[in-house]
Amino acid sequence: MTWFKKTKEIRMEKKGKTPEGLWVKCDGCKEIIYKKEIEKNLKICPKCNYHFRISARERLKFLVDEGSFVETDATLESLDPLNFRDSASYKDRLRDNQKKSGLNEAVIAGDALIKGIPVSLIIMDFHFMGGSMGSVVGEKVARTAERALEKEQPFIAVSASGGARMQEGIFSLMQMAKVSAAVGRLKEAGILYISILCDPTFGGVTASFATLGDIIIAEPKSLIGFAGPRVIEQTIKQPLPDDFQRADFLLDHGLIDLVVDRKNLRDTLARLFELLL
Amino acid sequence: MIRYYLEFERPLEELELKIDELKRLSDGKDIDISKEIKKLEKKVKDLRSEIFSSLTAWQKTLIARHPDRPYTLDYINLITTDFVEMHGDRRYSDDPSIVAGIAKINTMPVAIIGHQKGRGTKERIYRNFGQPHPEGYRKALRVMKIAEKFKRPIITFIDTPGAFPGIGAEERGQAEAIAMNLMEMSQMKTPIISVVIGEGGSGGALALGVADRLFMLEHSTYSVISPEGCAAILMRKEGEIGTDDFSRAAEILKLTAQDLMGFKIIDGIIPEPLGGAHRDPEETAKSISELILVVLEELKAKPTGKLLEERYRRYRKMGSFTEGVL
Repeated sequence: MTWFKKTKEIRMEKKGKTPEGLWVKCDGCKEIIYKKEIEKNLKICPKCNYHFRISARERLKFLVDEGSFVETDATLESLDPLNFRDSASYKDRLRDNQKKSGLNEAVIAGDALIKGIPVSLIIMDFHFMGGSMGSVVGEKVARTAERALEKEQPFIAVSASGGARMQEGIFSLMQMAKVSAAVGRLKEAGILYISILCDPTFGGVTASFATLGDIIIAEPKSLIGFAGPRVIEQTIKQPLPDDFQRADFLLDHGLIDLVVDRKNLRDTLARLFELLL
Repeated sequence: MIRYYLEFERPLEELELKIDELKRLSDGKDIDISKEIKKLEKKVKDLRSEIFSSLTAWQKTLIARHPDRPYTLDYINLITTDFVEMHGDRRYSDDPSIVAGIAKINTMPVAIIGHQKGRGTKERIYRNFGQPHPEGYRKALRVMKIAEKFKRPIITFIDTPGAFPGIGAEERGQAEAIAMNLMEMSQMKTPIISVVIGEGGSGGALALGVADRLFMLEHSTYSVISPEGCAAILMRKEGEIGTDDFSRAAEILKLTAQDLMGFKIIDGIIPEPLGGAHRDPEETAKSISELILVVLEELKAKPTGKLLEERYRRYRKMGSFTEGVL
């Protein structure tokens, strides 16, 4: 018996050290999956339906009609109003993130067609400084909402963000007021606004435009909330429920309309357009 | 009276205790030491001026959180008459960490809403240390809607460490409650004036602070994150953090009234008495109410459409970025 046990343990260890490249370990079911298989599957685990975090560009590819996307406001860059510096300067951090992600900022904005319907949309990218909202993100969201208003077409916001960007201090905080005011004008004008929440969406983004959609959709199992789980745990000094702040938890508490698989998102949007426009 | 002294006020404490002692000694006795007392009092005043003329951002943070600092209800008592407090969000409960109601300033009826911290352990817990749940924000919005309906201006006082991070708060939509206030306040068809009276703690503060005019008391702060929170993020990998880290974080966050005035985020700084608002709450209250009355006159003269357009533009232009050419 002991002999069998030992071999098993050794195998387990090896399993955990699978080299990056051809195979990936699913964060949901911990299974090792052939990478190409996941990529073919919109970065969803074929075994457990876990939705991997994806970049804004990847999302764009499957969300909008091929070749329909026209990017706007691509050259906006933060001015570092606080002259913020910790272990590295904010300016350097921005440059590093730009290099790493191939993006200018934590959001891409533009106009596109979704199943033939023209929309104005923003897609956040968690890989760029945790998708945090500073002046540029705020400005792009506000401009895109204003363009949807002007063109009288739906506004679609896909969020993935840690919240307001600390490095821009009070300017980041004020973006929350700015974007909330901008989407407020859509309500007045009867323009459809659909908010799509992805893993993870928190803080100043959930506490502004992301929870103001006429319809709010979340990707399965996404972590969504106001305060981060660690902060809550430290404050109340109690363990948190297992599904706490997961998409289904929000659905159960009446905070979102739908949990929709990445694969079905385009069809769901198309149906909503047909029913509401 | 037992006064509370902050660490950097310790030299003042020593002198003031000495003065108290001398006064007690001379009380009812023939010895005249009034000269001595006067001399000491002048010394205290000079020292206090010196200390308060060069406060660091962290020291200001501590004054903004001073346990003796006047809170919303103190100002309501000092500034208004006929206050009728409203309770509850009509959905779940009443949140004591926000007070809201209608009152008169001079003869003018206004809605008055603010975060409320407590004094003493029992009340502090009752007020949840001024950290609202979603119900607090929804109550605030409800009272604002009443103000809008009856064409009363809205005055808000901001003083919170932040919206409460807890299980119930998340279950009942803390984020949505804040977001809704931001959106609704941007469209409220009546003038709004906000004053940061103590701590402006992030989204939980902003949820009462979308206004036509925003002012801060001289020693108040307003920030996207607390110095402690900022320090914890920056020094996450380096283990123990302490006052030095908070002090540094407060500095780099640029969270004082003077910083925000420099950024043109706020419209003015309301001066505090020497030593802070708690040294003379009446005087502080008077400065606040006089300013409110002047500004309200100006805002009430604007047609609603213009008021709302200007409010929209005010926030729309906030941000710091460049735009290149492709």
